[in-house]
Amino acid sequence: MSDHEMIAERRDVFHAVDNLTKPSNNESCAISVAAPALRFGLRMDATAAAAAGKPAGFDLSQSINSLRQSVADAASGRLSARLGPDEWLLIAETGADAAEALMAGLTADLGDVAHTLVDVSHRNLAIELTGSAAADVLNTGCPLDLGDQAFPVGTATRTLFAKAEIILCRCENVGQQPLYRVECWRSFGRYMHAYLQESAELIGARV
Amino acid sequence: MSHANRLAGRGRIDRSKPIIIQFNGREVPAYHGDTAASALIANGILHVGRSFKYHRPRGVLAAGAEEPNALLDIDRGNGRRDPNNRATVVEAFDGLVTRSQNHWPSLKYDVGTLNDMASPLFSAGFYYKTFMWPSAAWKRVYEPVIRRAAGLGKAPTVPDPDRYVHSHAHCDVLISGAGPAGLAAALAASVDGSRRIIIADEQNEFGGTLLHDLTSTIDGLSASDWVAQTVATLSQRSNVRMLPRTTVVAYYNHNHIALNQRLTDHQSNPSKGMARERLWQVRAGEVIAATGAHERPLVFAGNDRPGMLLADSLRAFINRYGVTPGRNVVIATSGASAYQAAIDAKSAGLFVTIVDYRKRDEIGDERLLATQAGIEILDNHSVIGSTGRTQVTGLIVAPKTASGGVGDVRTLNCDAVGMSGGWTPVVHLVSQSRAKLVFDTALDAFIPGEAYQSERSAGACRGVYALDECLANGHEAGSGAGAAPSAKSSEATGFEPVRLMPTNRQKLRDKAFVDFQNDVTAKDINLAVQEGFQSIEHVKRYTTTGMATDQGKTSNINALGIVAGALELTPPDVGTTTFRPPYTPTTFGAFAGQARGVLFDPERITPMHDWAVKKGAKFEDVALWKRAWYFPQGRETMHDAVQRECRAVRESVGIFDATTLGKIEVVGPDAAEFLNRIYTNSWLKLKPGRCRYGLMLKEDGYIMDDGVVARVADDRFHITTTTGGAPRVLGHMEDYLQTEFTDLKLSLTSTTEQWAVIAVQGPNARDVVAPLVSDIDMSNDAFPHMSMREGKVCGVPCRLFRVSFTGEAGYEINVPSDYGEAVWEAVYAAGQPYDITPYGTETMHVLRAEKGFIIVGQETDGTVTPEDVGLSGLVSKVKADFVGKRSLARPDLVAEGRKQLVGLLTLDPDVLLDEGAQIVDDPQAALPMPMLGHVTSSYVSPNVARGGTGDPQQSGDGRSIAMAMIAGGHSRVGTRLYATTREGFTEVQVTKPVFFDPDGGRANV
Repeated sequence: MSDHEMIAERRDVFHAVDNLTKPSNNESCAISVAAPALRFGLRMDATAAAAAGKPAGFDLSQSINSLRQSVADAASGRLSARLGPDEWLLIAETGADAAEALMAGLTADLGDVAHTLVDVSHRNLAIELTGSAAADVLNTGCPLDLGDQAFPVGTATRTLFAKAEIILCRCENVGQQPLYRVECWRSFGRYMHAYLQESAELIGARV
Repeated sequence: MSHANRLAGRGRIDRSKPIIIQFNGREVPAYHGDTAASALIANGILHVGRSFKYHRPRGVLAAGAEEPNALLDIDRGNGRRDPNNRATVVEAFDGLVTRSQNHWPSLKYDVGTLNDMASPLFSAGFYYKTFMWPSAAWKRVYEPVIRRAAGLGKAPTVPDPDRYVHSHAHCDVLISGAGPAGLAAALAASVDGSRRIIIADEQNEFGGTLLHDLTSTIDGLSASDWVAQTVATLSQRSNVRMLPRTTVVAYYNHNHIALNQRLTDHQSNPSKGMARERLWQVRAGEVIAATGAHERPLVFAGNDRPGMLLADSLRAFINRYGVTPGRNVVIATSGASAYQAAIDAKSAGLFVTIVDYRKRDEIGDERLLATQAGIEILDNHSVIGSTGRTQVTGLIVAPKTASGGVGDVRTLNCDAVGMSGGWTPVVHLVSQSRAKLVFDTALDAFIPGEAYQSERSAGACRGVYALDECLANGHEAGSGAGAAPSAKSSEATGFEPVRLMPTNRQKLRDKAFVDFQNDVTAKDINLAVQEGFQSIEHVKRYTTTGMATDQGKTSNINALGIVAGALELTPPDVGTTTFRPPYTPTTFGAFAGQARGVLFDPERITPMHDWAVKKGAKFEDVALWKRAWYFPQGRETMHDAVQRECRAVRESVGIFDATTLGKIEVVGPDAAEFLNRIYTNSWLKLKPGRCRYGLMLKEDGYIMDDGVVARVADDRFHITTTTGGAPRVLGHMEDYLQTEFTDLKLSLTSTTEQWAVIAVQGPNARDVVAPLVSDIDMSNDAFPHMSMREGKVCGVPCRLFRVSFTGEAGYEINVPSDYGEAVWEAVYAAGQPYDITPYGTETMHVLRAEKGFIIVGQETDGTVTPEDVGLSGLVSKVKADFVGKRSLARPDLVAEGRKQLVGLLTLDPDVLLDEGAQIVDDPQAALPMPMLGHVTSSYVSPNVARGGTGDPQQSGDGRSIAMAMIAGGHSRVGTRLYATTREGFTEVQVTKPVFFDPDGGRANV
């Protein structure tokens, strides 16, 4: 047993990147790195999901390729994206680092429902895009139809952006503006961010 | 004189915005709205280039994308330069710098003109016939000379400073072309707002031919006003995306269409951030091709002099740009449409004569209109030739006789000629879509037949030429409600196809050009037929007709007609060539898009990457990862750095970034059974907290991947894979889980990036790590080699592995990625009393080779079994089945003499073998010498004694070591063989593949 007191500092992949989001007062797409979040990969079959209720505040009732945003309590937002018949990505937006506690809560709430849970909080990071040109910026690397009919609020899917695999979520609008959350693996973070920023400039969404 | 050829009061140019462009260093005044071509013509510069093969003076032939002659080198400043731009599509802006091409020393005096005089030599197949012999001369003489002569323009020498961007888009209807048919289609398709429409046109303005139509009216408006009104209407509709300066370049499967949009080429000072071009990939529900038609030149001797244009292009220059190449115009035609060009030229104040190939009774109402305009018409005439050099001075014409010959010739003095040999629908896009093309004899053209994809065509590209019909056709294609726009037009259509104008001067006919860009004459094509070529595909390759960058837009049908005529076949019997993307030349930048520099490929970096950069590490690429390769100090060489790092790990402690190893979390009640079926060895009895090395085969029995696996809990395993193998292994496992082992309940989750992995290896590893760890008993008894504990390091959760890929006692600290760098720094600080040494992948490779640990992909190559690399002990004899088990019994996998892993020690310890070097038994053997195998790994080890094994501090100071795959290798241990070197051979001792600490005691301390 050691007697040291130190707690290691948390640093995301953008820690040492200068001028990450040069603020621009002339942009129709704002690109920002989302706050650290807790994430779990939840796997269970559809019948189990029907019996699962809302474990730890996560709503799992949606159809494939859609997401649910809900609030468990005043402090912590909950987002669940159903990526396949038996696969959910659970995201808890919270500053506190309490993966063990949330996992325990999920496990307790799920009880006898057959499931598996894996902590992937640090595997992914998220970049958010908002503004009237957000979909156009995403379409510089993502081939999906992001029109309101094909990709309305509440859509979430695993897809590609340029040469990176991403999970693309269309969250609740912010005012009149769309909000997209792009989840990618940590090591692709700088590539993703630089690509989005470059593309936004190139199509005139950031001047 | 500036603007000498400008016509007063005409054109869409903005005379209030004068600009100056440069041509070959000369200042050329122009107006906003001009193209480079119209600016040059306005100033009487008609000779703008030299032809490809004969270096003949050439001028502008067309007014649009089909231009074969007027290719300019364009310089937009700051290294933004490229050759072979069609002057007719280059928008003029103030400061644009243009130069002519393909001449030396100057445009006016060009030694290449000798080719023209020697032209009888350069007939079809010239290269094939001439440079047959001696074959040795190809390499040293013919090829270098031909290469210098070949090609047009000079490639830029500096990297392209422009930026390019890709975009994806989806729409219900994509309309290619914004002429009358395209605009009518867009209006109709977008009217109810339910469908998303994209309409693209290659020109700066929408309108197509309407932009130079001064006489027609549509819905009571002038053509120009109707275009303006329509563009305004469409831009009000939120479901319409309008893309000017955008060429639909390619049509692929599933209505996947590529469009290239030029964003800044027309600007003097493009804003810095903007892309030069935007390549759109559109997935369209339906495509409407409204791509128009190209006019054909007439084929007669000297049909290529500057000042001789296509008739409707001449009309476009006069009406749209207010310029003319000359005041004395002859319109030579075999059809009706050119009469409107003549009438418009006349109304512009030019002197105009019409020479019509058709007999008087074959000419329609257009005759009366021209006569009323005061134009003289020579009907039933052929064109024999032309005079002039850098500008046409006369057209030699003669009446046709009843016998098919010609009568007395006369020369019509002129300084501008408009030619019309009929029209060719632009079927490139529909052909690319794999629609059938059918030959319409009445139209003398291929037109779109049955569609292959969801596509239809409208207007001139399907042979519908009359304006009113074009509008109706477009309206119908747009499947809109309401009435189609209705036009009143005096333009006439219809023409009589003529392949070669009759002549009485056969000699002159040598220079009757069919393909202007590749300098292919009618004589060349006839010669090809005479020599036995019958398919148009063969004639094309033999003569190069249609193979220039214009893809034969003005020449293909004329060439086909000449071949058909010579063979006495119909054109469809000769066939048509295949249209391939891109429709017009497209920049490399557009294809590259954003993928240049750091965005070329993702560079995956670990949490400790920035620390390694600061420490001066050199990196190597492993898959997409950047991995620290070695950490040179000061001016240390790679060799010295690696030797130092290798010693430090064995003597004290090293720290290594192992984050990139693939990791998969296997969770579920059947997790152990799943691993039991995937790996060759047994997993059911592995206790939680313990690790095991696992070997994985493909179905064919060959090694696929390996790695250490820890059992975290009864129902949870933490698997590691090779760095490059991670995606492959996860895919392999998912494949079996979803298709073969559907009875098992478990899930697979990639956790490669959840964990930063800090390997701390060496005799002092425990002393460094233990003070940072809480909640884990670090004693050797409580936490032995090949075990895993969960706890906290530096106050954050960790999975602490006691494993070793070095042979030393050591740990791999797994912490959530965002903590990786801080924990690494803490370990590094804690290691200072022990001179902790960061080491890279090269040292890792050396250390594992000293221990004889294989690297999948280095010792193995996809054809290696566990037995081959001495790992048969890892293959369970008792398990009922596992992936690859049956294949291990295949006769060739159990045969004698398979290549097997051995160690090699050179007799001279200072000789380092090359990886890949061949191993032979007898270097004197006759050729081809039997080869036994090859070296797979070879390093200089500072830790292996010169004698071979043991401690170098006692018996010497390091030596070379190698691993090899050798036929029957296991039975050759103890013998001597030879390895190839760059000079010859060197003798080697075959050993077991372990050079250091053969008992493995050091890892267990």
